Amino acid sequence: MDHQHAAAPLARLIDELHRLPGVGPKTAQRLAYHLVRAPKEEVQSLAEALSAMKEQVFFCSQCHNLTDVEPCAICGDGQRDRSTVCVVEQALDILALERTRRYKGLYHVLHGAISPMNGVGPGDLTIAALEGRLRTGAVKELILATNPNLEGEATATYIQRQVRGLPVAVTRLARGLPSGADLEYADEVTLARAIEGRQVMS
Amino acid sequence: MTSAERPRLYSTEAIVLRQTPMGEADRLLTLYTPHYGKVRAMAKGARRVKSRLGGHLEPLTRVRVLLAQGTTFAVVSQAETLGNTLALRGDLWRMTCGFYMAELVDRFAQEEQENGALYRLLEESVAALAEAPDPDTLLRFFETRLLALMGFLPELHQCASCGMALAPVTNSFSPAVGGALCPACRAQQALARPMTLQALKVLRLFSGCALEAALALRVPEPLAVELEHLLRQYIRYVLERDVRSTEFLDMLRREMREDAFLAQQRA
Repeated sequence: MDHQHAAAPLARLIDELHRLPGVGPKTAQRLAYHLVRAPKEEVQSLAEALSAMKEQVFFCSQCHNLTDVEPCAICGDGQRDRSTVCVVEQALDILALERTRRYKGLYHVLHGAISPMNGVGPGDLTIAALEGRLRTGAVKELILATNPNLEGEATATYIQRQVRGLPVAVTRLARGLPSGADLEYADEVTLARAIEGRQVMS
Repeated sequence: MTSAERPRLYSTEAIVLRQTPMGEADRLLTLYTPHYGKVRAMAKGARRVKSRLGGHLEPLTRVRVLLAQGTTFAVVSQAETLGNTLALRGDLWRMTCGFYMAELVDRFAQEEQENGALYRLLEESVAALAEAPDPDTLLRFFETRLLALMGFLPELHQCASCGMALAPVTNSFSPAVGGALCPACRAQQALARPMTLQALKVLRLFSGCALEAALALRVPEPLAVELEHLLRQYIRYVLERDVRSTEFLDMLRREMREDAFLAQQRA
């Protein structure tokens, strides 16, 4: 981008901000000029937050979640059920599942999904590490919570193939209608799954 | 049809080639349409659980969409599934074959360039994927026809170099010359590879026959491997790049071979 009229340090900041996802050239400029006007302490605190995050946050050696302690808070929690591992695509998915307060087991973060067209194969994910965890024999159930789209499906199917020989039950999150939705707008795949997975009302 | 003739809001049938997450909850789709060629369209909010669009816009789904043309992308305002991917789910191999076909169309096709025949080829090939006796044969047919429709059908009836009719012997194939070479011309082409008479015959058949006829053909293993390598080398030459899905396709095939081998040993 051309910031020849901006002062060099400001131009550099605009370029850096522009690299962030979802930040276009105009937003980058606006953010940069906002920071120029902001009080010094506020800017310093942002800079410190950024470098502290980069220095202190790393991947948990067991579940590959983002953490600042080893093992991470979930893997290190003695109260949690160590015989169940829930496989998710992104670390953010853990936050969503934790909000339900229904799941008490451990997690495993793949950091992506198999996407042949985008050149993402099993080797780019943490599947080998997952197999290693399962080989210890401590895990009795593996919940595949990859996204219910075609790539998540491909990933789940691939993991299922890889762990076939191991003594672990493999389950997949149920699929069907979201609460509060309109039936007439549901697509066929979702509806078909909802019919297959119907439950007796009790 | 050029963009000038296209209304601002239009309804079209389309096959979803690929999708990438965009922004907060949007998806950027690459669609292939019968009349407008490749179209890039934004599906707003499609990643939300309650999205009315999301479930209809998975890769390989055949949909009817209502598109509003924006400055850079079209925006999807309605979507309805015409052909779903239910039969493919759970079959990783066939699903990956589908991804491969979609990627080929994405690489070869141009935006705004109508190619109804290519659309029909993709449509019937995706539809046949779940039931095809041998997905590999389907892929070879698909590749041959795609090349033909894009104007890259290799010369299969006479020597691409000297123009002499091909004798019923093992000839050669050269991606650079764009077709078969007679034994005499082979020496001048360093990259030419031998091509069996059977491979030549299959390619000739696939370049003209219907999908059903191609699927009815039983291709024995060594010939299937020869055809796959030959077409892949030629496609890579034409595109000047690798097709990404082939890596995963090869890996899956290796694993399936290993599985079959282990099962045989156990029996």
